[in-house]
Amino acid sequence: MNAVIEVKHLTKDFKDVKAVNDLSFSVESGQVYGFLGQNGAGKSTTIRMLLTLIKPSSGDIEIFGMNLLKHRNEILRQVGAIIERPDLYKYLTALENLRIFAAMSGVKVSEKALMDQLAMVGLAERAHSKVKTYSQGMKQRLGIATALVHDPKLIILDEPTNGLDPQGIADIRNLILHLSKEMNKTLLISSHLLSEMELIADSMIIIDKGKKVVEGKVNELFDPAETVVELKTTDDAATYEKLQQSALKNMVQGKRNDCILLKLHRDEIPAVMKELVQMDIEVLSFYSKHSLEDYFLSLTAHPHVETLKN
Amino acid sequence: MWKLLKIELFKIFKRPRTYIAFGAVAAIVFLFQIGLKFDGKSYLDLILNNVSDSFEVSDDFKSRLLNGYFICFAILNILLIQMPLLVALIAGDSIAGEANMGTLRLSLTKPISRTDYMLVKFAASVIYTLILLLWLAVLALFGSMLIFGTNTLVVFRSEGIEMMNSFDVLWRYVAAFGYAAVALTTVSALAFLLSVFAENSIGPIIATMSIVIVLTILSEFNIPIYDKTVKPYLFTTHMVAWKGFFYVQADADNKTIDGTIQNLPAILRSMGILIAYIIGFVGTAIWIFKRKDILT
Repeated sequence: MNAVIEVKHLTKDFKDVKAVNDLSFSVESGQVYGFLGQNGAGKSTTIRMLLTLIKPSSGDIEIFGMNLLKHRNEILRQVGAIIERPDLYKYLTALENLRIFAAMSGVKVSEKALMDQLAMVGLAERAHSKVKTYSQGMKQRLGIATALVHDPKLIILDEPTNGLDPQGIADIRNLILHLSKEMNKTLLISSHLLSEMELIADSMIIIDKGKKVVEGKVNELFDPAETVVELKTTDDAATYEKLQQSALKNMVQGKRNDCILLKLHRDEIPAVMKELVQMDIEVLSFYSKHSLEDYFLSLTAHPHVETLKN
Repeated sequence: MWKLLKIELFKIFKRPRTYIAFGAVAAIVFLFQIGLKFDGKSYLDLILNNVSDSFEVSDDFKSRLLNGYFICFAILNILLIQMPLLVALIAGDSIAGEANMGTLRLSLTKPISRTDYMLVKFAASVIYTLILLLWLAVLALFGSMLIFGTNTLVVFRSEGIEMMNSFDVLWRYVAAFGYAAVALTTVSALAFLLSVFAENSIGPIIATMSIVIVLTILSEFNIPIYDKTVKPYLFTTHMVAWKGFFYVQADADNKTIDGTIQNLPAILRSMGILIAYIIGFVGTAIWIFKRKDILT
């Protein structure tokens, strides 16, 4: 598959702060690519650099095989985006907003096509209502319609489910899957709803403090048989030392809050329990976590788990 | 570019706040015209009080004085000082308002260069300024001509009075409104430049007005040292040069010569300076905006 986005050694400095630090990743054609990281990890800065809103301090971005800065307009003609919030002209109607952004995208779209676009996001009946009368969910859907109005090949959505109710989230999820599977669009999506990402993303990257922590296909990164265990004992510091000297040392990921993190295969749990008893460790709790969210937290919650082996 | 300009104008004229300026101009002009319709004589007595020592003012002269041309001149004298605020309402909002609404980042992800985006934005605020001036011309000039009729235009100066025959006035107003358009575009360009730095439109509007007020006061300072060192370089000094179109050359018998302007080169020089300011403000705005990271 061809890489639609190729980011190489991207760095952005804001005075003393390194918002993005030597970041490299690639997004292949037809993929839904998840872009994960905690608040302030550098997701929005990276997305803004992909859309030429922010100039990189160093590094290269290629989209559709072309250098972004040299072929900006040619590339952006084929890109649709929402950044953070779908802010639109509140004093205009949905149809007027859509017409404006279609024209700005350099395409002539018929009124029927605009209405079809609004129908696709479930807003046809409110096409002539001013955006200021819209709910957050309706604004979000209209934002997606403006991102799609010129039929782009690449769609970049920054937190597309922000502020939506469960039904709204499900609608956006279905829309993303439709765009990917039925219309063969490439999507780069950042979200803090990791459970949602788990359902829609083919590949993903997790960044922390502007740096890549891990990148790969979701089914390879997140093996359902693998689990992260939160272990609480009567003396975590001593237990941590003991574990480092034991046969379990390869499982130890680090310490977080009041617990020790162990990464292991689900089949290994009984043996590990037995080993802990034999080591005379007094266990208070042994909590196995295995969602993508837990995996994400295990990677980004503390600086010392950045050394995690994958 | 034309398509983008149409979009910008559509956005400007779809906003209710755009019409505040048109309403304000209409209100001031109508109030002035109504006041003079019913009590024009007292207003004239007040003005003529200053010059009555120099020469005799007959009742016939007074009745001819209060005509549409004279009233338009009086309105322009008042309004062209206040107009910058109305112009700054739109120009100051052009970039900062988009940043505040959050639509700036969406617009800049479209395949439009930042230079084109800025030029279109500025062009739209210039067109708004021209339409506002046209509105003022219709109300103040043609409205006054309709209500008060036309006659000889008399302009009072500290050096004396200027008299222009009725047939020699209209073209002067066309020229004066043209000049006023350049003067107001200078203010528009300043507000536009300040708009690049802000994330809401209040800041640039207030900053523009503050700068215009401070520089206007400086332009009016009667301190000789400033006459050659500061005043010639202030754009506000040159904004009032539209009045020059109503200063007429006189022959040896001190009779005005129709179709003449006393000091056209001075007016053109002032206009050149204003145009240089416009280019400077807009050029700087584009230069900064092209390098700016959009973080809103």
